Amino acid sequence: MKKILEVNSFSKVYGSGCDCCFAETGPERTNICPGCGSVVAAHDVSFSLHQGEILGIMGESGSGKSTVVKSLFFDEPASWGQASFYDNGSRYDLFELNRAQQRQLRSQRFGMVYQNPHLGLNFAISAGGNIAERLLVAGDSHYQRIRSRAQDLLQRTEVLPERMDEIPRNFSGGMQQRVQIAKALATDPPLLFLDEVTTGLDLSVQAAILDLILEIQHELQTAMIVVTHDLGVIRLLADRTLVMKYGRIIEAGLTDQILEDPQHAYTQRLVASAL
Amino acid sequence: MSQNNGYPFGFLDEYAKKEVRRSVLKAIALPGYQVPYSSREMPMGRGFGTGGLQLTLALIGPGEVLKVIDQGSDDSVNAVNLRSFVELTCPGIATTAKTEEASLIQSRHRIPEKALNDRQLLVLQVPYPDPLSVVEPSEDRRKAMHGEADYARLLVKLYEDIVKFKEITISHRYPTRINGHYIIDPSPIPRFDVPKLHQSAALALLGAGREKKIYAVPPYTDAVPIAFDDIPFRIEDFNDDQGRRRTCQRCGCQTSYLDEFIDSTSGEKLYQCSDIDWCNDQLTATQHLEEVDI
Repeated sequence: MKKILEVNSFSKVYGSGCDCCFAETGPERTNICPGCGSVVAAHDVSFSLHQGEILGIMGESGSGKSTVVKSLFFDEPASWGQASFYDNGSRYDLFELNRAQQRQLRSQRFGMVYQNPHLGLNFAISAGGNIAERLLVAGDSHYQRIRSRAQDLLQRTEVLPERMDEIPRNFSGGMQQRVQIAKALATDPPLLFLDEVTTGLDLSVQAAILDLILEIQHELQTAMIVVTHDLGVIRLLADRTLVMKYGRIIEAGLTDQILEDPQHAYTQRLVASAL
Repeated sequence: MSQNNGYPFGFLDEYAKKEVRRSVLKAIALPGYQVPYSSREMPMGRGFGTGGLQLTLALIGPGEVLKVIDQGSDDSVNAVNLRSFVELTCPGIATTAKTEEASLIQSRHRIPEKALNDRQLLVLQVPYPDPLSVVEPSEDRRKAMHGEADYARLLVKLYEDIVKFKEITISHRYPTRINGHYIIDPSPIPRFDVPKLHQSAALALLGAGREKKIYAVPPYTDAVPIAFDDIPFRIEDFNDDQGRRRTCQRCGCQTSYLDEFIDSTSGEKLYQCSDIDWCNDQLTATQHLEEVDI
């Protein structure tokens, strides 16, 4: 299988940082350095991702799972580490790119679906306009082509095409997520980040969105990183899973293995506590 | 000194003029780039053309012939006041209402209908210099966007317009790409005048006094209004309900930019050339001078 992404020793520290930041923090302690008060949001995170694979990142609030995705999507700069993105035979060193290169990858080769649709969508313009924005950034400036592509995408994510000229504010939460997914898919990205996409939705809507994500994976062979604290989502979507606590990976492996035979005490508690 | 009415020539001190000229040179070297400058206090409120006026005062010298227009007219209050201010502070210059006689034209809202030549300089007064201000509130981020020619969000606005109204409804401030990179806001002029900037023989300088920016469209430079590949840019057509081009009720011109008036007695809509100098010329040419009643 083709490798899409490789992350090596990624770290992210909020604050000034000191020599003892990494030694004094960790899953058994906390993520706030007692020496300088910096927050070690993530440290020594390494993993790889292949084409068509879904990687789950699981952990409680503040475990650093979203930080990993935000840094890979250039929302936040990384503090240390190295990440390689493989695309069309070339390798991109993600944390070394300049702003314009970042923007290019972000707008064309990566897709992001946020928990809060306000982050991913512009609520002042229509659903179709949101998708058009991504296509325009990618360099298409043919109105009819953009429009029919937006229509196809909305149809694909099961949003009624008749509603494409409405503003997202008029939509339900589940519909807003579907529009976000349609927007993320607009440029056929090989890599998709999903940050708590189903949190806060009705159970039936959650199931429909998860179905849609699996369909997309099967059809388009898109690699995905799914960040969630919901074991059900991990069980359904992820092939492999990382469990994080206080910024460190405490367990990694096949999802079935982790959920059936957790090794780390924290994971055991987590799995046992699931309803 | 008495001739200058107590003011230095051009009202501004020499340092201020030098700074404006340097900014102008930079603006010409980087077509479409908004050059910041320290806009001076002028004896009139910002927003009344102080940006254009500072350009005019920094560039004018004895022997120059100045034309000032506001809304296409040489006789509107703002144009008259600006012109008399320049006459007061710049002894030795001449003023004119005729486009072809002027060496320096300061304008708001319009570019003269008559094509300008390479001996002429056009100064435009600009209220809003940055086209990105409608899509991005942070100036820091706008600067980065300009640097990277990241203008896709301007096209999103056009997209939304076409979806809502079936056509692009921007009447003025039409985003225009200069020399293949920077997009400017040619803010005061209507869509109708934007094509006149393209490969124009005359240098166009745009000055925003309140926003403290100067930018330029150098002579013989591309100025291309942004549009979709399949929906090209078009200017206002001034057609009536039957699809016929409206004509100027005064001179009969069929090609000029028209202003709409309401006849105060009949309540009827009337159309007349917005560029008065052009209208007068058309009248002269058609030998209808005896009918002039304005």
